[in-house]
Amino acid sequence: MIDTPAGSAYTGLRSVCIRRFLTGERARMIPRTLAIIRKEFLHIIRDRNTLILIFLIPMIQMVLLGYAARTDIDNIAMAVLDGDHSAASRRLIQAFDATGYFDMQRYVSSEQAMTDALDRGLVRAALVIPVGYEAAVLSSTPVEVGLVVDGSDPTVANTVLAAGLQTGQAQSRAQVAATIRRGGIEVRPSIWYNPGLESVNYMIPALMGMVLQFLATLVTSLSIVRERELGTMEQIIVTPIRPIELVLGKTIPYILFSFIDLLEVLLIGTFWFGVPIKGSLLLLLGLSAMFLVGSLGIGIMISTAAHTQQEAMLLGMLTLVPSIFLSGFLFPLEAMPWLLRIISYVVPLRYMLVIVRGIVIKGVGLGPIALEVAILGVFCILILMVSALRFRKSLE
Amino acid sequence: MNSDTSTGGEAPVIDTHGLRRVFGKTVAVDGLDLTVKRGEVFGLVGPDGAGKTTVLRLLAAIMKPSAGSAIVAGHDTVQDAEAIKERIGYMAQIFSLYRDLSVQENINFFADVYGVTGEARQQRIERLLTFARLTGFRERRAGRLSGGMQKKLGLACTLIHEPDILYLDEPTTGVDPVSRREFWDILTSLHTQGVTIVVTTPYMDEAERCSRVGLMYRGRLIECDTPERIRGRIPGQVLEFLPGDRHRARTILHHVPGVSEVQSFGELLHVFVEDLASGEAAIYKALGEAGISISAMRPIEPRMEEAFISLIRRQEETGK
Ligand SMILES: Nc1ncnc2c1ncn2[C@@H]1O[C@H](COP(=O)(O)OP(=O)(O)O)[C@@H](O)[C@H]1O
Ligand SMILES: [Mg+2]
Repeated sequence: MIDTPAGSAYTGLRSVCIRRFLTGERARMIPRTLAIIRKEFLHIIRDRNTLILIFLIPMIQMVLLGYAARTDIDNIAMAVLDGDHSAASRRLIQAFDATGYFDMQRYVSSEQAMTDALDRGLVRAALVIPVGYEAAVLSSTPVEVGLVVDGSDPTVANTVLAAGLQTGQAQSRAQVAATIRRGGIEVRPSIWYNPGLESVNYMIPALMGMVLQFLATLVTSLSIVRERELGTMEQIIVTPIRPIELVLGKTIPYILFSFIDLLEVLLIGTFWFGVPIKGSLLLLLGLSAMFLVGSLGIGIMISTAAHTQQEAMLLGMLTLVPSIFLSGFLFPLEAMPWLLRIISYVVPLRYMLVIVRGIVIKGVGLGPIALEVAILGVFCILILMVSALRFRKSLE
Repeated sequence: MNSDTSTGGEAPVIDTHGLRRVFGKTVAVDGLDLTVKRGEVFGLVGPDGAGKTTVLRLLAAIMKPSAGSAIVAGHDTVQDAEAIKERIGYMAQIFSLYRDLSVQENINFFADVYGVTGEARQQRIERLLTFARLTGFRERRAGRLSGGMQKKLGLACTLIHEPDILYLDEPTTGVDPVSRREFWDILTSLHTQGVTIVVTTPYMDEAERCSRVGLMYRGRLIECDTPERIRGRIPGQVLEFLPGDRHRARTILHHVPGVSEVQSFGELLHVFVEDLASGEAAIYKALGEAGISISAMRPIEPRMEEAFISLIRRQEETGK
C-alpha cells in the first residue's frame, strides 16, 4: 500500500461524498446489514449441518439424479427364436447386436420358450426369424421377420421399436442395394445441438436449476425460522433494524454460498457427466444469480408462514413438487393437459430451464432467451418485494 | 442526571390505557392501566401465566395490543414502534443471544446493530464486560456460559446503546443466589444512573428491592404500590410455628375466631391474627384440643410473600 497525497485526497473526497449521500437512517442501514451478514457467516461456518446441506447435498443430488434421470436405454435383453439357422439369419442377429441397444443373450427354440421368457421378464423383446429366411433373401422375395416387444414400460418399448425397425430397414436396404439399384425417397435426419440424443445433456443443465432452487429456498427459510424457534429473533426485532436490512442481511450470505454451489454443480456437470457448456459461462452465472435471488425470496416467504424448522422443510418440499413436474424438468410441457400447462406459466423454474438448456446445450446468447429472461426477472423482483412486505418485524 | 426530584410534574415514561392482548381465547393482558415515572424500578410480579412477559413485549413495541394503547418515552407503541426501539433495552425471559457466537462476537454484533461506533465503542464494550464480570470469558461461546453469566451477557448486550428504559423479563430465574445478588447490585447502580427499569420476577424478596411493585394475576394488575404500602395492606399480624400435623392444623385453624388467614410455607404455618396475644392463646387452645403439637411459635414481620398470597386469595374468592 502506497499512501500518496493524491490517494488520500481522493479517499477524503470520496468519504465526504459518501457521507453526504448517506445521511441519517440511510447511513445506519449499511452497517446494520453488514452486521447481520457477518453474524450469518459465523453461523454458517460453525454449523456442520448447514455446511453439509450447502456443500454435500448438491453433490449427492447431482450424482444421484444425474444417473437416475437418464432415459437412454441400451443393452435391452432380447430373446432370439431363429427358425432358419443359416448364415443370413446369423448376419441379421449380429446386426441387432451391433447396435448396442440389444443384448442377444437368450436363444430359444420354441414359441413357448419365448413367451415364457417374456412373461417372466427375462427379456424385454424377442426377434423371430422364420424358416426359409435365407432362401427368401437370396431369391429377393419379401420375407417377414417378427419383433415382439414387451409394452409394459413404454419408454423401453419405444426404444426397442425404433431401434428394431431401424436395424431391420438398414438390413433390408443393404440387401436391396446389393441386388439392384433404383431411385426412391429417403429421409436423412440431421440432429442438432445434441447429436447423440443423450439424455444426460438434457437433464444435467435442468438439474443445475433445480438443485439451486431447492437449496436456496431451504437454507434461507431454515435460517430465519431457526432464529424464531431459538428466540433470538425476539432480541433482533427489539432493535432498530429494519425488515429490509434483515432480509438483505439474511440473503446475501446465502447468495454467496449458493454461488459456490452453482460452481460445484457446474463442475460436476462438466467433468463428471461430461456435459460441456456451449454458451457463455458469464451469461449463465449472471442469470443464475438472478434466479437465486428469486429462490431466496421464496425461502423468506416460507419463513413467514412456518413456525418450526420442520414446517419450513415441509413447505420447501411442497414448492419443489410443482417445480419438478410443471417446469419441463422431467416431462415435456407440450404433452400436458391445458390446465397444467397454464399453471406451469407461474413456475419460475420453467423459464430457468429454458435459459439453462439454451445456454448449455444450444450455446445461445441473450437474444433467443430474452423473453424467458424478462419473465424470470419480473418474477424475481415480485417475489422479493412480496417477501419483504410479508416479513413483519413483530411477534404474532 | 437524576437530581430532579420534582418528577411529579413530568410526563410518565410509560403510560398505558386499557391495554389488552388476547391469544385466541386466552386473555393474556386484560385492561392494563399502568404509569411508570422516570427513574423508577418497577417490579412486575405474579405467578406463571399471569401475563408479565406479554406486558413487557407490548411495552417494548414488539407485539401489537388487541385493544388499548401504550405510550413509551412519548411515542405510541403501535404508530411509532421504531422510535421506541432506539430508547429501550429489552432482555427476554429465555436466553436469546447467539449460542454459537462468542461473548465478544455477541456484544460486537449488538454494538454494530445499534450503531455504536468510534471511540465510545471500545470503551463501552470494555466497561460493560467488566460490569458484567465477563472480561475473562471473551472468547467463550455464549452457549457454554453458566446460566448466571448468560443473563449478565444478555444485560451487557441490552445496555450497549445506553438505553434510558430497560425491560428485564425474569432476569434472575434459574440463576444461583450469589449471581442473583450481583445482578441486583448491577440494577441498583443502573437505577442510580437514572435508568427507568421494569423488571418481572417470581421472587418476592426481589420485589422488595423495587421502588414500586405491581401484582399481576390472570392478566390483571390487582395491586400496584410501594413495597411498604403493600405489606401494610395485611390486616392484623402474623404468627409462625411448626405444627405436628400441618394438614389437620390448617383445617381446624380456619374455623378459629380471630384467625383471618392461614398459609403454608414448607412445614411451617403462617397464621394471620387480629391480635398477637389473644391469637396465640386461641391457636394453642384449638390445636391442643385436637392433640396437635406446636413448636417454634414466633410473631413475624409480614413480608411481600404473605401480602401477595393474601391478595391473590382474596382475588380468587371475589372472582368466584
Ligand atoms: N405467543 C403466544 N401465543 C399464545 N398464547 C400465549 C402467547 N404468549 C403468551 N400466551 C399465553 O398468555 C398467557 C400469559 O402468558 P405470559 O405473558 O407469558 O405470562 P408470564 O410471563 O406471566 O408467565 C398464558 O396463558 C400464555 O399461555
Ligand atoms: Mg414470562
